[in-house]
Amino acid sequence: MTFLAVRGLKKSFGLKPILRGIDLTLERGECLALMGANGAGKTTLLRILVGLTKPSAGSVSIGGLDIVRDAQQIRSSVGFVAHQPYLYDELTALENLRFFGKMYAVKRIEERANSLLRKVGLEKKAGERVSVLSRGQVQRLSWARALLHAPQLLLLDEPDTGLDQEGQGLVTALLTEHMAQGGTVLFTTHQLERALELSSSIILLKGGRITFQQKTGTLEREAIQRTYQEATAP
Amino acid sequence: MIFLEQVIAILWKDVRYELRSKQMWTGMGLFALLVLVIFNFAFDLRVDNKAAVAPGALWVAFVFASILGLGRTIAAEREKGSMDRLLLCPVDRKAIYLAKLLGNMLFIGVVEVVALPIFAALFDVPLFVGPLLAIVLLGTLGIAAVGTLFSAMAAATQARELLLPILVFPLIVPVVIGSVRATGTLLVATANEPPWLGLIAAFDVIFLSVSMLTFVYVVEE
Repeated sequence: MTFLAVRGLKKSFGLKPILRGIDLTLERGECLALMGANGAGKTTLLRILVGLTKPSAGSVSIGGLDIVRDAQQIRSSVGFVAHQPYLYDELTALENLRFFGKMYAVKRIEERANSLLRKVGLEKKAGERVSVLSRGQVQRLSWARALLHAPQLLLLDEPDTGLDQEGQGLVTALLTEHMAQGGTVLFTTHQLERALELSSSIILLKGGRITFQQKTGTLEREAIQRTYQEATAP
Repeated sequence: MIFLEQVIAILWKDVRYELRSKQMWTGMGLFALLVLVIFNFAFDLRVDNKAAVAPGALWVAFVFASILGLGRTIAAEREKGSMDRLLLCPVDRKAIYLAKLLGNMLFIGVVEVVALPIFAALFDVPLFVGPLLAIVLLGTLGIAAVGTLFSAMAAATQARELLLPILVFPLIVPVVIGSVRATGTLLVATANEPPWLGLIAAFDVIFLSVSMLTFVYVVEE
């Protein structure tokens, strides 16, 4: 059953086209890796899917809802981990989760926030301000924020950024758990190994167009390696 | 109900944030006091010209101090991840505007509470006279209603410190004139004065309605 459907999606900033007609579908419970060189349009595509940027043309539907018409409903079912942590520096880890819990109208916020802090290994940092946390700890807290409202779709922009080996293991565990619960994932990465490890499909973007799209199970590592190098070559 | 809870949550977050960073209140308060002191020395105050000078000095202090604070609230939201933090959430954009407006009114209100007794002492005017509280409240609401909307607009630009007063001052002129004249009539009773308080309230309703309706277009792409 199609959960995410993107049809003829275009986005331009001024006269500069960033996305030039993207078509993709994602089944419920599927994990898709979006790869491509810097400036290929990955982040712009994610920002459109999360409702922060409006498309210039084309349509996006998530769970049968239209991204423009039903933006508020879609926001309730999407979790986003981006380059920016989207946290407040002067608030503590727990206060941040409490605040975002209220924004998403999460029931039993205290319980949910503490459980997520435990899950991302920050239970001892609950009372510390974000400004004193390390880059990796902030990224973990950003994960907790994104999972707070139990989203059906997780959109992740290079989710391993700033994380050590243990942190990357945590990301794998969180994604596996999310998909086991029927959740859908779309993430960007520059690490081919991670894309092959975590996703069921890979898409390569180049110059705002999809140049390669295939299930990971049918891929030969060398073939995708070659294609990726060609796609990311200047 | 969720709308109200979200307004309170954003307001609480802004107040807590400001209490910890202490960037705004200190600057606004000191600025308002400096303006009052400078005006006090700059003008030769006598009983006959007090009503003409004192209200103007008071509102100049309030308006300039407000501009300092208005620039900060949304600029702080724009820093590190911009407004996206809030815009990602399924929160009504009117709730964001209302929370920011109430926050701005609170920050300006604290400055006014400190500045008013000093104004009364420096200019030798009675502090608790007639509907002064209502004039200050409605005047502040008018300034904050316009200021909150335009600070969101200016925060997206590089020259926000310059742009904000240029955008806000012309629009709040009716509120400032009304507030100065209404304060003046409290100090010296004048015949045939228009109902300034009603005019300020009317401007507040217009500014508040238009700002609430247009805020979504300012913060969203």
